[in-house]
Amino acid sequence: MTADGLTAEQIVTFDLSEAKPRELNAVLHDPDITSATYRVINPGGRHSIAVGAVAPVSVDIDGHAGYYCAGMNQLAHVRVRGNAGTGVAENMMSGTVVVEGDASQSAGATARGGLLVIEGSASARCGISLKGADIVVRGSIGHMSAFMAQTGRIVVCGDVGEALGDSLYEARIYVRGSVKSLGADCVEKPMREEHVAEVAELLQRAGIDDQDTADFRRYGSARSLYHFNVDDAQAY
Amino acid sequence: MCGIVGIYSKSPAVSDQLGRHLSDMLVQMGDRGPDSAGIAIYRDPVADGLCKLSLHAPDAEVDWDAVIAELESALGVISHRIVGPQHALVAVAADAATAQVHLAATLPALAVASAGSTIEIYKDAIRPAEFAERFALERISGTHALGHTRMATESKVTTAGSHPFSTGQDVCLVHNGSLSNHNRLRRQLREQGMAFQTENDTEVAAGYVAWRLRDGATLHEALEGCLEDLDGFYTFAVGTRDGFAVLRDPIACKPAIMAETDDWVAMASEYRALAVLPGADEARLWEPEPATVYSWGSAAVPS
Repeated sequence: MTADGLTAEQIVTFDLSEAKPRELNAVLHDPDITSATYRVINPGGRHSIAVGAVAPVSVDIDGHAGYYCAGMNQLAHVRVRGNAGTGVAENMMSGTVVVEGDASQSAGATARGGLLVIEGSASARCGISLKGADIVVRGSIGHMSAFMAQTGRIVVCGDVGEALGDSLYEARIYVRGSVKSLGADCVEKPMREEHVAEVAELLQRAGIDDQDTADFRRYGSARSLYHFNVDDAQAY
Repeated sequence: MCGIVGIYSKSPAVSDQLGRHLSDMLVQMGDRGPDSAGIAIYRDPVADGLCKLSLHAPDAEVDWDAVIAELESALGVISHRIVGPQHALVAVAADAATAQVHLAATLPALAVASAGSTIEIYKDAIRPAEFAERFALERISGTHALGHTRMATESKVTTAGSHPFSTGQDVCLVHNGSLSNHNRLRRQLREQGMAFQTENDTEVAAGYVAWRLRDGATLHEALEGCLEDLDGFYTFAVGTRDGFAVLRDPIACKPAIMAETDDWVAMASEYRALAVLPGADEARLWEPEPATVYSWGSAAVPS
């Protein structure tokens, strides 16, 4: 038995210095897979590692991942013990993806469900066009984050770059640090009791227990951009 | 798409193996730019008053012996090396401006890929792995180097349209992205006396940096000027005689990652091109901020 309570037979190791990410992904595409844990060694920044998983297994990536890691994830729990490149957990449907290092741009893009945790920082366009997933970032995020984000929640313990939430729909954004600038139609909104509870719940699910929920501020859509205004009829 | 890489050595061991490291990085970026590849490497400086020329014959095979003989009689040749049928490196007993005027007048079929005291540029419209082998990159040593793998978008797939571009002595630039105001800027720079050999957008960026340096700007200032005067998408890696710099545009669509150890500084479009370097596992890794100049060597900002 291992520390996780698994037998050795239930841990399958993929060495990406020999196997291709496609071979790993083909296994993860089978909803009836029996092994509980997939360990990926020597990822070497390769693209599309653990993309399209459909079963509640654990995928543990021991190093830095390239583009689109854990994209389209369903049910699986993916952990990157390093940095992730562009588009980590893009279009995730469910499950959890944890990046222990930093994530590059477009982290969680269009993700529809599940939880993405970035323990370092994320760069530009974090949560772009978010469609229902939750993103918790322990560090900071870059410019144009949450652009056109529709639903879902983003919690940032650090700072945010320029144009946060530009053309935002109904995603909710919580930030503890500074926001360099707000994008078009994004405004600060009051933190009510339910919002404090929401931040607490997301931090707890992300395993972050050293933040004071009272320090967070809420940002959302002013809803002036996406509603048709009859006074503007002549403009169309 | 395109891939770019750059490495700046801080130790003799890395300098000795610089070409091998560059080759490993370039091949990793082959998927990003399969149509052409090119490198600039800085090594073996010539004495003041002399000039190294990287010559390229774009169209057909050239009689290099005749070219060398002509340069010997007109300028004096210190040394030369024929690097395959279309490339040669010649050190002449003349300054770069004199040499370039002479070449343009007497050997107009030859392109001057670079001129300066330390820079050498080689490029070809072939796959990066094939390029690394053809030019025996693993045998080259040097202080710093840039590389480019090209997926052409703005101009033709030709060796002349491949990167790196050098339009000033020992200054060169590789680019991932595309510029949208290059035609107007090229016209304006021509009015300022800058010469261009192609219709390529990146050559204009290299020309812009060279123009600013000519007018007394530091490399850091020249790159900050790019943020004002260039319109488009870019991640640049820039080399000078003893400096190395990186710049991303304010939108930062084009990727870049940097790493530094006690022995080297490197940048690449993607981490997998850094993973092949010695000690990459322990390197400090970061994604360069948009609209921020990063520089090393003489290009560094005085603190």
